[in-house]
Amino acid sequence: MSWTGKVLRVNLTEGTCKPEPLNMEWAQQYLGQRGLATKYLVEEIDPKVDALSPENVMIMTTGPLTGTMASTGGRYSVVTKSPLTGCIACSNSGGFIGAEIKAAGWDMIIYEGKSPKPVYLYLENETAELRSAEHLWGKSVWDTHEMLHKENQDPELKIACVGRSAEQGNLYSAIVNDMHRAAGRSGVGTVMASKNLKALACRGTRGVGNFKDPMRFLQATEQGKKVLAENAVTGQGLPTYGTQVLMNVINEMGAMPTRNMREVQFEGAHKISGEAMHEPRESDGQPNLSTNGACFACTIACGRISTIDPQHFSIKDKPEYHKASGGLEYEAAWALGSNTGVDDIDALTYAQFLCNEDGMDPITLGATISAAMELYEMGAITTADTDGLEIPFGSAEALVKLTELTAKGEGFGKVLGLGSRRLCEKYGHPDISMTVKSQEFPAYDPRGIQGMGLAYATSNRGACHLRGYTVSSEVLGIPEKTDPLTTDGKAELVKAFQDATAAVDSAGLCVFTTFAWGMDDIAPQIDAACEGDWTTEKLLEVGERIWNMERDFNLKAGMTAADDTLPKRLRKDAAKVGPAEGRVNDLDVMLPKYYEVRGWTTSGELMPETRERLGL
Amino acid sequence: MLKALKLEPEKCTGCLQCEMACSFENTGAFNPAKSRIKVFTFHDEGRFAPYTCTQCDEAWCMHACPVEAIVLNMATGSKDVLSDVCVGCKVCTIACPFGTVNYEADTGKVVKCDLCGGDPWCSKACPTGAITYVSADESGMERMRAWAQQAPRTAGAQPNPPKAKEVQVFNIPQQGGH
Repeated sequence: MSWTGKVLRVNLTEGTCKPEPLNMEWAQQYLGQRGLATKYLVEEIDPKVDALSPENVMIMTTGPLTGTMASTGGRYSVVTKSPLTGCIACSNSGGFIGAEIKAAGWDMIIYEGKSPKPVYLYLENETAELRSAEHLWGKSVWDTHEMLHKENQDPELKIACVGRSAEQGNLYSAIVNDMHRAAGRSGVGTVMASKNLKALACRGTRGVGNFKDPMRFLQATEQGKKVLAENAVTGQGLPTYGTQVLMNVINEMGAMPTRNMREVQFEGAHKISGEAMHEPRESDGQPNLSTNGACFACTIACGRISTIDPQHFSIKDKPEYHKASGGLEYEAAWALGSNTGVDDIDALTYAQFLCNEDGMDPITLGATISAAMELYEMGAITTADTDGLEIPFGSAEALVKLTELTAKGEGFGKVLGLGSRRLCEKYGHPDISMTVKSQEFPAYDPRGIQGMGLAYATSNRGACHLRGYTVSSEVLGIPEKTDPLTTDGKAELVKAFQDATAAVDSAGLCVFTTFAWGMDDIAPQIDAACEGDWTTEKLLEVGERIWNMERDFNLKAGMTAADDTLPKRLRKDAAKVGPAEGRVNDLDVMLPKYYEVRGWTTSGELMPETRERLGL
Repeated sequence: MLKALKLEPEKCTGCLQCEMACSFENTGAFNPAKSRIKVFTFHDEGRFAPYTCTQCDEAWCMHACPVEAIVLNMATGSKDVLSDVCVGCKVCTIACPFGTVNYEADTGKVVKCDLCGGDPWCSKACPTGAITYVSADESGMERMRAWAQQAPRTAGAQPNPPKAKEVQVFNIPQQGGH
């Protein structure tokens, strides 16, 4: 039936690990992964709990298709309450750890309480042990990987862990698995560190089987892989250029947030694009990109494996960074590059390496550094605040130094580790924090892509592109083209994307498949694997139920309709150039309609009939 | 025609579809830990490489087995483990120079690639063509072609290739001259 039917409950306060059966009734209503773990979370914690207190719960969760041959079937998520936003956090990661947890025989791991001393969870099939991590505390993600492999004499051990930033209380710390894949957003790593939990080290040799109809599952997944291979985006664009295929496209259409979102086009975009990563460099004749790499079971393989120019100032005397590792994805290249005005691809790659090495969300990091650069330009902060560093927009040296400081939580890096909202409030200019619900924007300016403004304002985890990626429709014409500059129909479009994405996440699949797959391609794969009747209609209903459950949690945590907004800059300051010239984001036009199509009151609360319809 | 698995590491993305196909065919579950083909990741070099049994003609594992549990499959050329004969002594795992015969503690037997009886699932599952099942006599053909293509360039003899009509491959005087 594709779920293993088993949950591991780890009580860090007591030091116990206990198996329990998965609630199969909930599995039918919430599918798995994001949906099912969120159901567990909302049943187990008070939404008002302090995210960094022992009373918060953190769940590592797989989906029914995680660990299977379904293309991209390797995703896992970390679900908890976010210390950055105060909202629900659900951060999704690829790599190999998700499939390993599943192959060890577990659908999810629930962590409660707080360990008195640093520990890591060793999980080998049915064996679960909390072991001392005092020797790992203070170590980077990369060192932790190496040390755990060595001391367990098992190079096949899969690891997810936090780095030094999380230990130092950085509010956007990631949990990094397999060296360079990350549950990146909303500070899930900070929660992990607050529990004195350094790592999960997992080895699973039981495999994933027990499908409803194994032969039909093989056929359905085979058909799915064919669709991905034949699609121009998933078959060619993503393997060749990664998500960085978007850099030049989005810049052209005037939706490339630049210099803390003051501008909408970046003159240096071509220097930091996916195409640029293929260009051989002068020093050693090698391109930035070494190869593309896949996550578990993924037949798209968009991952970038890169090297930094060994002659670059950032690493010239640091041979440990001369090796290949996870390189620039579009979001990192934008946040660390265009948004800071830095067009030095090696500086960006180095900053990305540091984000992997010490577990930081590169979007929030880049956006926070951008906000600091604007504060510096305004004179609101000076070199007296920045440990003597000059930090103008466009300075690669500043980007490199600030990233190093933040990774270790040292000096001004400690302040940057609070995220842009807290930074800008501290220095008296909350308006220039480019955030929704305290989380920083990703790489699509909502003045040039109207639907994204609504998607950001209503996203349940704060500003995010992965909660409703209307870019697919508004820019790429998938599944059908809508005008990025109009607000008409965007309320319905945003809802449709949000619901569908919640279902895709909950299956254990990657959202990038939806460049090629519709729900009609996904439903047969889930239906062949899982007990129950999994049609497109049911999946969309499950998605809508999950969305409303997350919303309800946020409302109970203290969010209101007033939080469904965008920074003034995006609503009042028109784009100065490009196709969106003269436009702001017309959120006010779209939001009431959105509440209506959601079945919410004018103040954004779930109406009783909506609760009843969705069984909430 | 005898066929062999041809592995091209430069095409591998490390997705493990081959390992899942192999383990599903052999155990009924998706379980890379039980796969007879393994993909290795060389992280620091940014490189992936699939590896499995090459089905040696003079198979050391087969010769080493004291109970004749490894036999030649005449149809495919593979060396197959007879599970009910295998006593789990592991001598074959020592004899194999490539490490592609492995002991399985769960069953007390050794396992190795048997080419799925002539229809290897790993090659069917590979999305990038890094694993193909081709004529055993021609597994080097593509690499030869690649080198052949480079040959004149690396020799540096003719940076500007002559036009086709000027080429006299065998230096035979053209007929009808004078």
